[in-house]
Amino acid sequence: MSTYAVEATDLVKIFGKERAVDGISLQVPKGIVYGFLGPNGAGKTTTIRMLATLLKPNEGHAKVMGYDLTQEADKVRHSISLTGQFASVDEELSGRENLIFIGRLVGYSRKQAKQRADELLQAFQLEDAAKRQVKKYSGGMRRRIDIAASIVTSPELLFLDEPTTGLDPRSRNQVWDIVRALVKNGTTVFLTTQYLEEADQLADLIGVIDRGKLIAEGTSKELKASIGAGSLTVHFDDLDELKKAQNIFVSRFEQQPDINEQDISLTIMIKEHAKAAKAIGELANTNVQIKDFSMSQPSLDEVFLTLTGNVPDHEGGDSSNE
Amino acid sequence: MNKPSTIEEVLTNRTRPKSPTAIQASATFAWRALLRIRYVPEQLFDVTIFPIIFLLMFTYLFGGAISGSTGEYLNFVLPGILVMTVSMITMYTGLDLNKDIEKGVFDRFRSLPIWQPSVLVGALLVDTLRYLIASTIMVTLGYILGFRPEAGFSGVIMGVAILLLFSFSLSWIWTMLGIIVRSEKALMGISMMFLFPLTFLSSVFVDPSTMPNWLQRFVDINPITFVVDAVRTLIHGTEANGDVMIVIYISIALIVIFGPLTMYFFKNK
Repeated sequence: MSTYAVEATDLVKIFGKERAVDGISLQVPKGIVYGFLGPNGAGKTTTIRMLATLLKPNEGHAKVMGYDLTQEADKVRHSISLTGQFASVDEELSGRENLIFIGRLVGYSRKQAKQRADELLQAFQLEDAAKRQVKKYSGGMRRRIDIAASIVTSPELLFLDEPTTGLDPRSRNQVWDIVRALVKNGTTVFLTTQYLEEADQLADLIGVIDRGKLIAEGTSKELKASIGAGSLTVHFDDLDELKKAQNIFVSRFEQQPDINEQDISLTIMIKEHAKAAKAIGELANTNVQIKDFSMSQPSLDEVFLTLTGNVPDHEGGDSSNE
Repeated sequence: MNKPSTIEEVLTNRTRPKSPTAIQASATFAWRALLRIRYVPEQLFDVTIFPIIFLLMFTYLFGGAISGSTGEYLNFVLPGILVMTVSMITMYTGLDLNKDIEKGVFDRFRSLPIWQPSVLVGALLVDTLRYLIASTIMVTLGYILGFRPEAGFSGVIMGVAILLLFSFSLSWIWTMLGIIVRSEKALMGISMMFLFPLTFLSSVFVDPSTMPNWLQRFVDINPITFVVDAVRTLIHGTEANGDVMIVIYISIALIVIFGPLTMYFFKNK
């Protein structure tokens, strides 16, 4: 038995003239959450669709759960489940009907399928909406029914394409809890996201993808070490205090902060959180009056800036959906 | 079995039943199509309204001119209009699929370990049921208006049965086009371009022997003519002249050619 859920070598997918996926190689160990991080149109969805047997790669090959993607597509389909970026259930049907329907398709008897549907509705707190058409669901409910449909039989590998895009924070946390529960039970989860925070929260291993290429890979810690923990912004009551603080930062940390005189604030990039604490402590020790301060996560743009030297190309829309 | 209440509990259920057979999977997709009709009953408009309008319109419009009386013409034209109406309704199969297939749920279908044609076969089976509804409405209305099948009830059943076989087979063309063609409008245009001449330039409305020679030549090789003649033969119990077998061959040929083509485009979409 292979220890990898996904082993891909030089996958290439060409749409017309565009190399949507341009030589991606991956090794995803079983039992982890693999986070595929990248902007719109980077090739995330195309890669997932290839690994889920929906698209044939133009070049390269891959094994999913130990089975060859093209030679043993049916066996791959037995081991995986896919929750697409857009509704992956039938919106015209009710939640319960959808789950029964999928249950029948994976081979349950009518009775088993109904029983399984009710279990899942209860577990995903969708009992009250069971008989409502999915198109009348809220965004969070829709995502939950999508995922519930994917685990009608617990898959060994679950693909989640941007599971939380467009969700409110509460629904997002629910989805995260679901993902954690899945992994705890031995399912490998391969998810794509545009949010660094999501990859940070969930993924054991993060692959950063841009323009069809994997440009960095590592744990959240490793990536952060190269990117930095984010930025520290300090607000002051007046410009004098700001100037004092600026001097301290320059002399103690050998860093020139960005000054915003209108806001009376300064911002510095920092490698790790401990350093931020030290900097605030230093200001307090020298009696600089600060109004407030805040830390912010590095944005995806900053990650890309650090890794590639330029901001991701948001042009070209979502070519990956073709 | 206790009712598990948390996500972790439902996940521990790792039973993995055997994949459904081709028939089971097709039946499940047919069930989906039936459920959708239940939610949107308007989907049945085409199969209920069309037969009524077509039958009334053509019987009373042409009856006097062609046969001298509507009563006599009805007996001649009903099998023809039946074939024409149902053939035209098959077009909606492609239109529905064209909209449906853009939805994310088709990705899920295609990533399931099932006999892939069942996705389409199931839908087509329910469409065949729709054709049966259309046929029933038309024959019933015809009967009220004075239509009398000479081969009796069993002839009508045989006639409708051969028509359903042909329609199911013909649907594969629209299904294929529904997958390839990008917009509903274009699809409508293409379907009409074929269906209009094929249904009108046939033996639906008049005996081909009244047509000019060059037109007869086209009408004689038009598949719709064979279907109309076969249905007419079965319904009125006239001498069986091999048309029925020809329709069966045409139907099989349509499935053999367009079935695999459709699946090819479906898989590589």
